[in-house]
Amino acid sequence: MKRQPVLSVEDLSVSFRMYDTGLEQADLQVISNLTLDVCPGEIVAIAGSSGSGKSLLAHAVMGLLPGNASVTGKILYKGMLLSQKEKEKLRGKEIALVPQSVSYLDPLMTVGAQVTGRTPDEKTLKAQKEIFQRFHLKEGTEKLYPFQLSGGMARRILVSTAVLSNAQIILADEPTPGLDLEMAVEALKIFRELADEGKSVLLITHDIDLAFHIADRVAVFYAGTTVEIADAEDFQKGPKALRHPYSKALWEALPQNGFKPIPGFQPYAKDLPKGCLFSPRCPYKTEECEKEIPMTKVRGGYVRCIHAD
Amino acid sequence: MNNAVAEKRMSSLEKRKFYRNRRTKTILVAVFIFAALLGVYLSGILLSDDLITADFSQKALKPSLEHPFGTDMLGRDMLVRTLKGLSVSIVVGTVASGVSAVIALIVGAAAATGVSWLDHFINWVIDLVMGIPHTVLLILISFACGKGLKGVLIGVAVTHWTGLARIIRSEVLQIRSQQYIEVSKKLGHSSWWITVHHILPHMVPQFMIGLILMFPHAIMHESSLTFLGFGLSPEQPAIGIILSESMKYLSAGMWWLAFFPGLMLVILVLLFDRLGENLKKLMDPYSAQE
Amino acid sequence: MKNKYYLKFTGKYLLRVVTLLIAVSVVSFILVSLSPVDPVQQYVGAVPNVSVEQRAKIAEYWGLNDPPVQRFLAWAGSVLHGDFGVSLLYRRPVLDIIAEKFTASLALMMTAWLFSGILGFGTGCAMGMFHGKWPDKILKKLCLVMCSIPTFWIGIVFLMVFSVGLGWFPMGMSVPQGVPAEKVTILQRIHHLILPALTLSFLSFANVALHTREKLVDVLESDYVLFAEARGETKWSVLKRHGFRNILLPAVTMQFGSFSELFGGSVLAENVFSYPGLGAAASAAGMNSDVPLLLGITLFSALFVFAGNMLANIIYGIVDPQIREGYRNE
Repeated sequence: MKRQPVLSVEDLSVSFRMYDTGLEQADLQVISNLTLDVCPGEIVAIAGSSGSGKSLLAHAVMGLLPGNASVTGKILYKGMLLSQKEKEKLRGKEIALVPQSVSYLDPLMTVGAQVTGRTPDEKTLKAQKEIFQRFHLKEGTEKLYPFQLSGGMARRILVSTAVLSNAQIILADEPTPGLDLEMAVEALKIFRELADEGKSVLLITHDIDLAFHIADRVAVFYAGTTVEIADAEDFQKGPKALRHPYSKALWEALPQNGFKPIPGFQPYAKDLPKGCLFSPRCPYKTEECEKEIPMTKVRGGYVRCIHAD
Repeated sequence: MNNAVAEKRMSSLEKRKFYRNRRTKTILVAVFIFAALLGVYLSGILLSDDLITADFSQKALKPSLEHPFGTDMLGRDMLVRTLKGLSVSIVVGTVASGVSAVIALIVGAAAATGVSWLDHFINWVIDLVMGIPHTVLLILISFACGKGLKGVLIGVAVTHWTGLARIIRSEVLQIRSQQYIEVSKKLGHSSWWITVHHILPHMVPQFMIGLILMFPHAIMHESSLTFLGFGLSPEQPAIGIILSESMKYLSAGMWWLAFFPGLMLVILVLLFDRLGENLKKLMDPYSAQE
Repeated sequence: MKNKYYLKFTGKYLLRVVTLLIAVSVVSFILVSLSPVDPVQQYVGAVPNVSVEQRAKIAEYWGLNDPPVQRFLAWAGSVLHGDFGVSLLYRRPVLDIIAEKFTASLALMMTAWLFSGILGFGTGCAMGMFHGKWPDKILKKLCLVMCSIPTFWIGIVFLMVFSVGLGWFPMGMSVPQGVPAEKVTILQRIHHLILPALTLSFLSFANVALHTREKLVDVLESDYVLFAEARGETKWSVLKRHGFRNILLPAVTMQFGSFSELFGGSVLAENVFSYPGLGAAASAAGMNSDVPLLLGITLFSALFVFAGNMLANIIYGIVDPQIREGYRNE
């Protein structure tokens, strides 16, 4: 039943050249050796705490990284390797981004003009009206400026740009924070509907709990790489079904599961540890962990840990 | 991956060394500029006035090895005149910027004491000073002082503080909102005591940078005012005088009378500007991002 | 609601302008009163054999013996009635001279203003689009150097190169010498205007360009431009749709706010080119101790600056949707 993935990311690394305190320069590796794929009709959630480089993954896929970033690894769309030029061609047509907040809308342009794009034809305008209706946006909303929108309205407008573009892949970057539970569930429902229509959704979130319930698969993100990719079911079952010590710890840190904090801190991108990035905080750490750790298949999921079984 | 990490470590170490070099370079450039400015000032002071006595046998000579900037209608060497003029400009710039920066410090700190009417009043005064075109205000002040050196000094000094005062005001406000100031207040220290002991020391870098970056403006305005006839008197060596004299001989094709002295003035202004920017980079590294 | 807000805002603003104008007149009156120059001597000037009695009469007539406050009130009173006195230098009413000279200056200032505004904005946009690449680096250095060049020197250099050297432009004045005013063609006027206008726009061109560059770089690094690119907009479409929209307003505001530098620069440019405008008149009034004219021009220039600031505020209110529509919802 192996389906052809719409989007695959293979061994992706992203690093930035930055000025540090004083006149010193430093290289920050924000994503290391990341591998991931998304199939049609599927929602893959990328879950991890903030500062783990999740948003940059979306930007890397779309070719939106700033000039001081260097990228290695492969990004494939329907099996085709994407160069920067091709990413630019696919943006907004095949791959759409749903950004985090209202600051991603031009403050001096009406939202209608931003949703429909440069030269909207009759069909686009009609489609935009329908989509706004579907998202319970009142008539006349398109004439408003971003500063006149409530948080929930802004969120729905950002989603509607992706729906209108009819893109095959939707990269949703933290679509839920700032929304109350009801609204958040509502927003995620929209993504479920889109996936059921055959689209692929990459849901980037730190709201792990919600992600488990809405996604098909979950990729656990830690310090710029995926440590485990598994069916969402496994996450609902609990630590026994999970493979990576970080995923287990993450599960146990959820309020309903004991609220147990993970000792230590996520490493800063400037001083990443050798080998397994989680090793400094891991109770099972051995000397072997300082070597390069590959992604291996364990019980139907993928995990980046030599101790997993 | 281990290798890659090690390599990255190495290159970042090398870079660190390189950027420490950049820091050294910034300091060296600042020192060099300072030395150059000091050199100009000293040469203007030390060169004897005999070098610029009228000598009609040497009248209106084009630039040559003997007279690199040429000579004027009285046969005076233009290089010596220019150096003396720049020297005067540096003195006027120093005094006027110094006074202006002190005014800015006092006014800026006063505006940020938290007394609302004082803040409003100071803003109003700044609007007033900025409401009259700068050159017109300078003419008025110079006229009030009966022209001459005094007029230029006062004029330039009392009109350049507005920008720095605004910067200092916002800096002081920022420091005042810090917790340790609250603590100091709780300990019973007066507002004045806090200003002197906790706030003013933090203003030193801003003050120094503001002072040096005020120089270029002060010098340009001094020479403009002198050029218009309000500044230094014709007997005094000044770039403004030299340039306003040169106007008479432009149509005669004596381009060197205006070209070199003006160019030197531009270079002097640029040097002060560079010095200020370099100090800014050293004191506030985040401004070096670009 | 909206009207009430506007009324309150406008009222406060007007009050501020009026108090500032009163302050300007008080300050400038104090300054000219401080001057050691004897106005009677200046008035009598070259006329020989003016007796002490006659001098005393003039002083009496001008009220020079009255206390300063009374003198100020007398002057301010006639100014409020539209009487700025008579210029000692031109021996004509100050207001007539200001009107006449300002027309000439306005042509010069507006040409320079449009020139530096449009070209500076274009250059700034180009620098912003090439941010960090070599065209940006070169242009930025050039603009920084331009900022350090005094207006009067660049005027002299222009004269040396284009008038003396190449002979393309006249040496100065606003009209050809010896031609009666009614026979001067518009082309001749423009011919005389070009060099002074270039000189006057030199400094503000660099300022506008650097300011525009900085704003455009901010906009291009903003989240909303990132999202626009994510929606498939090209670099040029981003500049057209989002860049201009977001930088034009601050640029226009700044340009209207630059009336002060414009007027100040015109004093220098008009002196270099012997252009018979208000700026040249200002320095002539100061040089010749023509107190009524100096006071008149000072007040007028302050009014000119405030007018620019007011226009900037009004344009902001009309164009910026956050101000325009912000109060509709309340």
